[in-house]
Amino acid sequence: MRSLPAIGLFALAALPLPWLTGSGTVLNLATMVLLFATLGQAWNLLGGMAGQFSFGHAAFFGTGAYATAIAQIRFGLDAWSGFAVAILAAVAMGALVGFASFRFRLRGSYFALVTLAFAEVARILANSLEITGAGVGLLLPLAPGLDRLQFADKAGYYWFALVICAGGLVLASLVRESRLGARLAAVRENEEAARALGVDAFAVKMQAILLSAGLAGAAGAFYTQLFLYLDPHIAFGPQVSVEALLGPIVGGTASLWGPVLGAAVLQLLGEASRALTGGATGANLVAYGIVLVLIVRFFPDGIIGMGRARTADARGVTG
Amino acid sequence: MLLEVEGLSVRFGGLGALADVTLGVAPGEIAAVIGPNGAGKTTLFAAISGFLRPQAGRVRFAGREVTGMPPERLCALGLVRTFQVTRPFAGLTVRENIAVAAHLRHASRKAALALAERVAARVRLEDRLDRPAAELTLAGRKRLELARALATEPRLLLLDEVLAGLNPAEVAEMEPVIRGLRADGITVLLIEHVMQAVMRLSDRVWVLVGGRIVASGSPAAIVRDPAVIEAYLGRGAAERLLREDALAGGA
Repeated sequence: MRSLPAIGLFALAALPLPWLTGSGTVLNLATMVLLFATLGQAWNLLGGMAGQFSFGHAAFFGTGAYATAIAQIRFGLDAWSGFAVAILAAVAMGALVGFASFRFRLRGSYFALVTLAFAEVARILANSLEITGAGVGLLLPLAPGLDRLQFADKAGYYWFALVICAGGLVLASLVRESRLGARLAAVRENEEAARALGVDAFAVKMQAILLSAGLAGAAGAFYTQLFLYLDPHIAFGPQVSVEALLGPIVGGTASLWGPVLGAAVLQLLGEASRALTGGATGANLVAYGIVLVLIVRFFPDGIIGMGRARTADARGVTG
Repeated sequence: MLLEVEGLSVRFGGLGALADVTLGVAPGEIAAVIGPNGAGKTTLFAAISGFLRPQAGRVRFAGREVTGMPPERLCALGLVRTFQVTRPFAGLTVRENIAVAAHLRHASRKAALALAERVAARVRLEDRLDRPAAELTLAGRKRLELARALATEPRLLLLDEVLAGLNPAEVAEMEPVIRGLRADGITVLLIEHVMQAVMRLSDRVWVLVGGRIVASGSPAAIVRDPAVIEAYLGRGAAERLLREDALAGGA
């Protein structure tokens, strides 16, 4: 696969960060960048590659986060099995959302609204069911150790996040360079034409949402391991869905690296805006909103698309 | 018969678009459906290729009942169509566009890309392979439609006005490409406005007027058919032409 060397290089370059900095803030920030890069990559498998814009990726993230917490707390599973359960549960959620939307040919804003509705229903359910701890949420016992996927220091979590992020990059690059990737692009560009050429649009969109949900579920399970605490708003709240789609759109949906770049820019921006406003709540969201408007208005192909747009202009190409 | 259409009827609300259309295409043939604007030609293609479910009638392909089967399954069986209003995957390159179709029968990326290259050469798009499809001219887009359909390795190709809008030189370039399909065992059914090209290419022609087949036969017979002349030139035109011929002959 063509992108594998680049992914290897990225992982290798990111590996020594904990040895280079003693700052906990920097490591925290880097870990959050990797987490949201993974969530963005998950969103991009469906939104960027297949053109199906989800506004409810919190449904998958939250399902993964809760699934591992419930598996460990209520069923006594170990954290590794919990992680696997989280991915499977998120995939099942993806199957449900995908079937409910794609079976009935929902596209565009209708699809976005249905995904949002699923995430909200999940949030309300988590808020009222006993198994999810209702409004109180779930607390995992602190017990550091690799067998419990908990780490005594920030470096351990950073490397854990790096592994998941690299895994997401490998998954996305495999899809990109495969038959599935070609078919997803065809469905994104013109679904009718794709069907005329033998592409089963329903089947390929289902495959995309299953992969996307599974990766988002992995990101959710990582969140649980990192903070050891969940409540319905953290797991299923709309800001999770917004973070999932904002990164790829800002970074560039057409590229494997768009979600990574977007997550880095947004997390740095969020941190800066919090620092500038003295930690005002929602300051990061205001900054996100401004960046989103500017990107959509001036660089619809994202930050990665900036260079390309300029060369295309120079050639006199439009459209 | 490779394709048999029997008593096909399509209505949009109260409006009848196709009424009791029956036709058959034999393997290896190049057949054409002609008719004035709004006669229902594109509707006929949509109903055959699974994009529209007919209210009545049957479509059989290679001996199999396929009425109402979705287009992606028909394509897998070997029946593919092109669109009159071209639908390129605008954000993809020409190569990637064709490769999507090539993937129908080739799982590996390498095989699909290789096939895409061969097909592109066949329709003379080889020098545009890495250009975005959005950059193509109308003639280029028509070639891309044809290339993508060919890359699915079909048995029957439904071509919806692939020559319309092309200049005479471009038509002359496309003609041998279409004629050459026969050598590969591909059967062709085309809808066309460019009459000269139809007459040169087709073994058999059906004339569709107001959703009904009013005439069928060899191109030579069709051009003399009074029903066809009336459809194109208006009621009474055939009689008038014959009378004028007779007068001219008598003078």
